[in-house]
Amino acid sequence: MIDWKQIGLLAVALLASATAQAQLRIDITSGVTDPVPIAIVPFVGAAVDVAEVVQADLVRSGRFKALARDRQPGAPTRAADVVAANWRAAGTDYVLVGRVVQVMDGAVAVDFELVNVLNGQRLLLERLIARSGAIRNAAHQVADRVYEKILGVKSAFATRIAYVSVDGAPPTQRFQLIVADADGENSRVILESKFPLMSPAWSPDGESLAYVSFETRRAAIYVQRVRTAERQRVSERPGVNGAPSWSPDGRKLALTLSSASGNLDVYVLDLDSRQYTRVTDDAGIDTEPVWSPDGTTIYFTSDRAGGPQIYRQRFGTAERAQRVTFSGSYNARPRVAADGLSLALVTREGSAYRVAVQDLRNGALRVLSSGREDESPAFSPDGGTLIFAGRERGRGVLATVSVDGLVLQRLKADRGDVRDPSWGPFSP
Amino acid sequence: MKRNLVLVLPLIALLGAGCSSTRNAASTESAPATTVESKAAATADTGAVASAGVVGDDASADVGLPPELVNKRVIYFAFDSSEVRAEDRALVAAHARFLAGRSNVAVRLEGHTDQRGTREYNIGLGERRAQAVRAALGLQGVSDGQISTVSYGEERPAAAADDEESMAMNRRVELVYGKR
Repeated sequence: MIDWKQIGLLAVALLASATAQAQLRIDITSGVTDPVPIAIVPFVGAAVDVAEVVQADLVRSGRFKALARDRQPGAPTRAADVVAANWRAAGTDYVLVGRVVQVMDGAVAVDFELVNVLNGQRLLLERLIARSGAIRNAAHQVADRVYEKILGVKSAFATRIAYVSVDGAPPTQRFQLIVADADGENSRVILESKFPLMSPAWSPDGESLAYVSFETRRAAIYVQRVRTAERQRVSERPGVNGAPSWSPDGRKLALTLSSASGNLDVYVLDLDSRQYTRVTDDAGIDTEPVWSPDGTTIYFTSDRAGGPQIYRQRFGTAERAQRVTFSGSYNARPRVAADGLSLALVTREGSAYRVAVQDLRNGALRVLSSGREDESPAFSPDGGTLIFAGRERGRGVLATVSVDGLVLQRLKADRGDVRDPSWGPFSP
Repeated sequence: MKRNLVLVLPLIALLGAGCSSTRNAASTESAPATTVESKAAATADTGAVASAGVVGDDASADVGLPPELVNKRVIYFAFDSSEVRAEDRALVAAHARFLAGRSNVAVRLEGHTDQRGTREYNIGLGERRAQAVRAALGLQGVSDGQISTVSYGEERPAAAADDEESMAMNRRVELVYGKR
């Protein structure tokens, strides 16, 4: 794939981690009507309040309500010490207890047990080993285990997001590419520029981000390793270089290039050979490509029939592109669900741009957001949630919505203007 | 791949050696961050900003652009349109007359959109606008080698507000002059 040893790029001084940046805060704006009652009892033994992180994740999902600590009948750290009747009386169905113990230098074990107090049954008894500096991440994994055990579907609390934050107005704009935990915490700036940064996309292995940067006064696509900040310019053709999207095997990028006359078409760049393969050839704007999960098909936006609509083209064939969206005059920027059966996209309703999901089997379109300028939807790796960008009072905000439309949350940046979210994969 | 790198490295060296700060952190755990700025951006503060939204590296004065054109380097567009409006054709023609006789002068056409619609699609719209101005200049004798285009889509608005007037200010092509 990419030979990182070849990268002679950009390794100079250390940038203080204290760089001012947009920190996201989460407001729960709606949830399900009948959330599952659970009590998360404080874990002993760690500097990080593991129970608080787990509780915030579960409550934020909109599918759980937590018993407040001051109403908890006791503080057990083992299932054996949970007196089920007392917890039932306090109005909860489930109790999570746990403890953190040092197991070796620099590593801890997070032990946790989940009890169903309606029948007294212990549902989980598990141990996670984590670096001492990564207890928060372990707590997110605990939340994922609890969520899946009780609801039977996966969640993605222990994953990361990337997004772009902007301060100031031209010519003094400052763009930052930020990576954070899925709850918006633990954010760090991995790239700063005075010129636009856009369209970050996580590689399938979660190691790298592809993105567009105008730092040379021209558009170019870069791939940057998140852990080491090594970066490589992978596409810098004359004109537009945009909208990178990783193939499922991580070896190729679908992207947008422009011809000398400024016509945008979709291409695939092989990251090994650096060869481009043309995918579309049409006088309209063809852009915003994305791969189907099986790697056979590329979905993209095209205005070949007037306004922008979504099409699909089988990669490596000469078949004509098939139009996929038909409802409304503006459907753009597709993302494919992990099961390949639905698309998240931006649709125009009247004068508003909203995030919607289209069922690819029957074509039914469901609008999931209610803002005026919602855009850039991205699926969580479990497929249950979309993160997207919207605007409030002229500022960019991020939000998430469950694909059933029931749970909507806003992730508020305390400063700056945030946009272009991308949700990373499950960690291996 | 190797060949690409050979091409890329001198550019990066130029960026690094210029006045840009190209900072990069690589601590494995905490905050690997990279800062990139173009040379042009770093000098932007010292150049006079000619009018709202025009980025600071324009060299109109150095290339002898007539004063009456220096502050008229922005062509505005209707919503979802990349057609040069009738009322702007005379302005485009005036720039064309200036450029046509001066093969040592270059112009960069920077296409922009308002914030409505998706970001990458707007890159396409901004490019279309820049190309519309390029075509108009070309028809009036400006050589293609004098013209370059870049589309910033909705990423560099001239006006920050969301009202109709601000959005109209953002749907534009800026002519940025330099030497060839």
